Amino acid sequence: MGKLISEKTKQVFLGPLSKNNPIGVQVLGICSALAVTANLKPALVMGISVTVIVAFSNVIISLLRNTIPNRIRIIVQLVVVAALVTVVSEVLKAYAYDVSVKLSVYIGLIITNCILMGRLEAFAMANKPWESFVDGLGNGLGYAVILVIVGFFREIFGAGSLLGFRIIPQSFYDAGYSNNGLMMMPPMALIIIAVIIWIHRSLNKELQE
Amino acid sequence: MTKEKTMDTNKNGYTIVYATIMVVIVALMLSLVSGALKETQNLNVKLDKKKQILSSLQVNFEGKDAAVLYDEYITEGLVLNSKGETLEKSKDKTFEIDVLKELAKKLDQRKLPIYIAQVDGNTKYIITLRGTGLWGPIWGYIALNDDKSTVFGTYFSHASETPGLGANITEAPFQQQFVGKHILNTKNEFVSIAVLKAGQTTEGQDKIDAISGGTITSKGVEKMLLDCLSQYDEFFKTGGIN
Repeated sequence: MGKLISEKTKQVFLGPLSKNNPIGVQVLGICSALAVTANLKPALVMGISVTVIVAFSNVIISLLRNTIPNRIRIIVQLVVVAALVTVVSEVLKAYAYDVSVKLSVYIGLIITNCILMGRLEAFAMANKPWESFVDGLGNGLGYAVILVIVGFFREIFGAGSLLGFRIIPQSFYDAGYSNNGLMMMPPMALIIIAVIIWIHRSLNKELQE
Repeated sequence: MTKEKTMDTNKNGYTIVYATIMVVIVALMLSLVSGALKETQNLNVKLDKKKQILSSLQVNFEGKDAAVLYDEYITEGLVLNSKGETLEKSKDKTFEIDVLKELAKKLDQRKLPIYIAQVDGNTKYIITLRGTGLWGPIWGYIALNDDKSTVFGTYFSHASETPGLGANITEAPFQQQFVGKHILNTKNEFVSIAVLKAGQTTEGQDKIDAISGGTITSKGVEKMLLDCLSQYDEFFKTGGIN
């Protein structure tokens, strides 16, 4: 092992946070980013859940990579992901019940999140467990960061609160301010993601096409 | 990169054995997890039910222990039959009844739960509601004043109604409409509450406005009220609790 954080692993970790962000650059996993970001809390839980699942399924697949029969490798990947998703969903039901009710089907739908299968197939099948773990962590966090940003803006402008706590004071409402109902609707999430991509690309010249 | 790797992973036999072992391990693991977490999950489901009942009483439990509040507010539970006779007088027994299962039985065999609450010294009766919306089940609780007719508060929820349309039954503007409405008419007969498009009227029955764009969910709420409350017809006719 020697050095745990070599130059390569650093790249593997930092890449997906910015230059190779799964949502911002690869535009994967958009569906859940629209659905669960009306409030910050579910967005956070979703981000953490996906991070945990990508990281660990990456490790498991990477450990098994030399034994997996090539013809059923996608099925094996799916089984590993599905098992982890079920575990996460059960744990949420036990320890964060109201969030799990709010996220309802979307936890189950992590299975179909393209980021997962993409990382397993593209990275974990060809790399060692530690790098795969870091790769999963990086991609999961890259996904989570976008979700949190979107959730932040949607909750503060849509409901005037953050994590359920009132942020915009009552006096604003008395003075005629009102919450933006459109923020609560999925289209607004798409618009915010588009704005994030726009800013991101204008800051990184090499991403522009 | 790869060390000793002599196994031929493409043989049919290997593939089948691999898949079998994998499935067995995963199944075993999942059943272990599910078994280990079952109890905590059940507690959560119960706590959630208590929160729903408190919501129908318009109790704000945000940041407080809902279980403690529930014990404070809910003082008694009754299990009735459709003739209005009390089968059991126990808070726990009432809480355990699965209304969905009861609804599947014949009317005269059903056990009908009623929660009795004290809010600021006044008695409230809480009745469980179960029904169907457009896409899936809807449910809720309705709290009545001690005249057994005036609505004190409601709680509705749903599994999969359309966000922004039918799903709005969970929102305050829809639910606040119920407050003060009567489920009995002036002759003290059970008539339920109509959920109608704005502008429509009914004779001899209180009504609230349906959600525009959520017609089928609104109708579902109306039917749920009628179906679930009508079971308690005999209870409404009798005066105070015996």
